[in-house]
Amino acid sequence: MDEVGHLWWQAIEGTLVLFFAGGVIALVLGFIVGAMRVSPVPIARAVGTVYVNWIRNTPLTLVMFFFAFCIPILLGQRINAIMLATIALGVYTATYIAETIRSGVNTVPVGQAEAARALGLGFGQVMSLVILPQAFRSVVPPMMSVLIALLKNTTVAAGFSVLNLGSVTAYLSEHRTASADNIFQAMVTGENQLLTLLLIAVIFVVLVLLLAWLQRVLERKWKVER
Amino acid sequence: MSSVLYDVPGPRARLRNRVLGVVTILVVLALIGLTVWRLYATGQFTAQKWSIFGYTAIWMRILDGLWHTLSAFIVAGVGALILGFILAVGRLSDHAWIRVPVGWIVEILRAIPVLIFMMLMYYGLPTVGIKVTPYVAVVVALIAYNGSVLAEAIRAGVESLPRGQKEAGYAIGLRKNGVLRLILLPQAVRAMMPVIISQLVVALKDTALGFIITYPELLYVIKLLGTQIQYGSPLVPAAIVGGSIYVALCLLLSYVAYRVEKRMRRSPKAPHLDPGDGGDPTTATERIAVRRGLGKFDGRQA
Repeated sequence: MDEVGHLWWQAIEGTLVLFFAGGVIALVLGFIVGAMRVSPVPIARAVGTVYVNWIRNTPLTLVMFFFAFCIPILLGQRINAIMLATIALGVYTATYIAETIRSGVNTVPVGQAEAARALGLGFGQVMSLVILPQAFRSVVPPMMSVLIALLKNTTVAAGFSVLNLGSVTAYLSEHRTASADNIFQAMVTGENQLLTLLLIAVIFVVLVLLLAWLQRVLERKWKVER
Repeated sequence: MSSVLYDVPGPRARLRNRVLGVVTILVVLALIGLTVWRLYATGQFTAQKWSIFGYTAIWMRILDGLWHTLSAFIVAGVGALILGFILAVGRLSDHAWIRVPVGWIVEILRAIPVLIFMMLMYYGLPTVGIKVTPYVAVVVALIAYNGSVLAEAIRAGVESLPRGQKEAGYAIGLRKNGVLRLILLPQAVRAMMPVIISQLVVALKDTALGFIITYPELLYVIKLLGTQIQYGSPLVPAAIVGGSIYVALCLLLSYVAYRVEKRMRRSPKAPHLDPGDGGDPTTATERIAVRRGLGKFDGRQA
């Protein structure tokens, strides 16, 4: 039973690491790419567009496949599976973040930028003082949707030997020790896979609904001020 | 929009932009160079690693995998559209006893990760004595998830139509059924076409999840070919070939979505919703909602 608890704890930890570390990578990379896509440098725009279009049209499973199997071959050394999965998630999600930021910038009425330009502000000032503060508000709800998608996508790492909530069932069946006395035990020990998977599904539904609730709260909070 | 953000560049700005452009090129070239160097250094360009692609039988395997991917995608796409319409109509129902449960079903189906749903079908159901093939698991999971997302898109489309459409429908004597079927849904579908097609791209991408539950689709075949020792385990070449096929397929479908969206923008018939840029389904629908809200405030500002 101790071992089972340990496995569950590790699985939750794996999912959280994937979510938060992947989210940070995605936000940083996505912000850079999003900035490239609205920048005055044509080449930067082109590079950003190619990156976004390619990665968005690649299945996440394929991106992870590439990172999990090909990168260790190319670098010629073993690399921590969870690290590779996290980078893959970050690289994949960054494209969605970049698009969200770009369309957020585009939702700010043109008059705002024109007025700022008329006041004599430069590109940096227009962005930091006028556009981004307004874009931020309209970006928050879709950004939360991207993060919700990221949370659900962490399960894909289950296929690439990363212990997380998506793969805990398989690990449980390998380490099965105690026999189950009641239905609850059958659920947590992976004795009854259907119940275990249902439990995991419920965990995800609760987490996603929690994030969706947070999204609505933030949306309402910032919508009033506009 | 981006043209308003900055002036026509002067000499200093032009110089700076040029420097930034060169830096971007250098970074990209460095990344490409690094990749090619590593590919070369680990011997991925040797003839032995690519020889596997010289056999007809191997290509038949790849085609077979491709067929598995496409057949799952087609069935799942059609099923998701049907389920989407049913759920959307349910959510638009006037009766709370239909609307509320359907709303919950949509929310829950959207919240369960597709992979977990596939595992539930494939590994979970046998415990209660129902054997499910990987194909069925993949298709049902994709229908459930994409159907619920499409339902939200269609519903958002219907709700974004001007109220006058519905009222005019009732005024000429149509019943609820007629108003929805003849007036609201056609317009909503037209307005949401880009979102619907980009959701189909998501379905196509998600067929790759079947790889994890041993559905023999394209990625599964790639992995299999990549571990053939007599050809020197050509995992990287196999991933390059298979990945290109995947990306080409999705790009093709995305291009269709893009063309449809462009044509709609020009068509005077379509209501101008501007459903964002498609892509991530939840983002797209959320964005529509956000835009609708913002649009109202914009009017007040102007």
